[in-house]
Amino acid sequence: MTTTTASVPAGKNRPYSGTGDRLRLWWDAQARPTQWLIGVPFIVFIAFLPVLRIPVLTTVGTDFGGVMAQFGMIALVAIGLNVVVGSAGLLDLGYVGFYAIGAYTVALLTSPDSPWNLTDQWLSQRWAWLFCVPIAIAITAISGLILGSPTLRLRGDYLAIVTLGFGEIVRLLADNLTTITQGGRGLQGVAFPYFGGTDKNPDGVFSAGNSDAPWNSGLWWFWLSIVLIVIVLLVVGNLERSRVGRAWIAIREDEDAAEIMGVPTFKFKLWAFMIGAAIGGLSGALYAGQVQFVVPTNFNVINSMFFLCAVVLGGQGNKLGVILGAFIIVYLPNFFQGRTSLFGIPIDGNDIAGYKYLFFGIALIVLMIFRPQGLFPARQKLLAYSRGLYQAARRAALGGDRATSAAAVLADGPADASSDVPGAGTKDGGDR
Amino acid sequence: MPLLELDNVSVAYGRIEAVRGVSLAVEEGELVTLIGANGAGKTTTMRAISGIRPLSTGTVRFDGQDITRMPAHKRVLAGVVQAPEGRGVFPGMTVMENLEMGAYARTFASKAEHDETVDRVFELFPRLAERKTQVGGTMSGGEQQMLAIGRALMARPKLLLLDEPSMGLAPMVIQQIFRIISEINAQGTTILLVEQNAQQALSRSDRAYILETGEVTTTGPGKDLLADPAVKAAYLGVA
Repeated sequence: MTTTTASVPAGKNRPYSGTGDRLRLWWDAQARPTQWLIGVPFIVFIAFLPVLRIPVLTTVGTDFGGVMAQFGMIALVAIGLNVVVGSAGLLDLGYVGFYAIGAYTVALLTSPDSPWNLTDQWLSQRWAWLFCVPIAIAITAISGLILGSPTLRLRGDYLAIVTLGFGEIVRLLADNLTTITQGGRGLQGVAFPYFGGTDKNPDGVFSAGNSDAPWNSGLWWFWLSIVLIVIVLLVVGNLERSRVGRAWIAIREDEDAAEIMGVPTFKFKLWAFMIGAAIGGLSGALYAGQVQFVVPTNFNVINSMFFLCAVVLGGQGNKLGVILGAFIIVYLPNFFQGRTSLFGIPIDGNDIAGYKYLFFGIALIVLMIFRPQGLFPARQKLLAYSRGLYQAARRAALGGDRATSAAAVLADGPADASSDVPGAGTKDGGDR
Repeated sequence: MPLLELDNVSVAYGRIEAVRGVSLAVEEGELVTLIGANGAGKTTTMRAISGIRPLSTGTVRFDGQDITRMPAHKRVLAGVVQAPEGRGVFPGMTVMENLEMGAYARTFASKAEHDETVDRVFELFPRLAERKTQVGGTMSGGEQQMLAIGRALMARPKLLLLDEPSMGLAPMVIQQIFRIISEINAQGTTILLVEQNAQQALSRSDRAYILETGEVTTTGPGKDLLADPAVKAAYLGVA
């Protein structure tokens, strides 16, 4: 054989050695129960952030609970979009369309302004939101199917353009079907979940009228979205570890090669589209319930770019990464909003927040130059194996020789071509 | 009855017909080569057989079954497996993961059967065994070609389609790849090979077809074609 040593390309395939990787290695080496023991208190801590009111962290202009609720919804959107863009590699620029369909489904079925309102008939206002969420999910999944079946025969840029068109079509329909959607006037009085009504808050804690800071409606919506995010993460995580996930990654890497390996590529692309759409629809339903008011201007194309920004910034393909991406995108503008001084330095926070698109645009360009894989890139590894084998392999590698173990584990994925890594052999032996 | 039979197959890209009325047959156990210049329609014929490219006319029969309208991923299950032109290795997956993708459509009766298949690939390509955990995209051209063939073998093909396995490789590596191809064939896998390296391909194949601008012009045993003056002039650079 040739002794050609392939040069290790920069970017995706270069060996990782940053802090994030050490953290990931450490995390992956922990047993499942330990992960829960650390993970659950961490999630609880995040959940109570708006209550703790930590001085610098807490937003000034908008209520912190409301900001976190918005973060929760965008995080859900990012997870859904990540299935489409990150896992299956299908560039979708019209994702806001699914978000809008989810929101409008709930609004059309429960708003008194809508001709299809069910709440003045047999549906109780108290249960209306909960009743409509599964419908919203189903309808967005179907719309994903309808958009996907003709367009997923296209690839790359062509698909991106068609989906961009779809996002606009949904918004324009909402804007122009005035007899149904009231157009630019929007739909008011959308239903929300009824829970914990008191004399002070007769409509319950989820009502927009609940403004008992810090236990206001924003906080409750944030908590609801955390629960939904955990559920969605478990579902998507299981999918990614299954044959479906392997098929998605193969399609992302080389669609033709995947097809001739026996992967029904069209079917799995459609699946990715539908699952992504359904999650977007769920998020839209949350949004409609929280603000209780839906207008077409909330679903501009710029939102699609914003969602995509969260995914690209966070790291395509990494579920937790895109959640952090969503946090950055939602939190940073709100952090500056209304702030007049930071660490004693006077600033015009409103101005900074107003230029958010400019700043995120610059951030994306800088990111593409220096870290194209995103802040927290995916490291898809040993996908063919179950998690148990993966851990056994790690333990074998770590137990073998402490001094070389870190190098072995780091190198077992994107090793450079010339390395004969100690410990890697043990690991492969342990696989079967 | 031949294992693979193409009857009057035409394939068009828009209004341009890349393959016009090609008929060919591959018997079970044979190593058959398709040679031709650039743009003769070799790769298009391969893509038509593996199902990535739809036919405009004609039929493809495999193992007694008409597979003309069968989608590509189902042909893998039927036993037609391709190592594509330009290798088509999954760049972000390790060698092992690439091999596992090769067996995606196949269900193994037991773990032993799986291990046996992997061992067979590693026996043919010891280089891959050394590089199990290396990422496909960081391998050399020759190694990627080995991986592409190894991955195709994971599906246990009845008919292995190899599209220009010598493309872009050093002469030493080409020698080695061709030796392995002969070995795979000797072990019982039928092979249809597309090549530009006529010397190597013809000397190793049972029969060969010569494609010129989308049509089969000459056919016969590989050794006879090697001696054919017209073939010599056109493909071997001998006046």
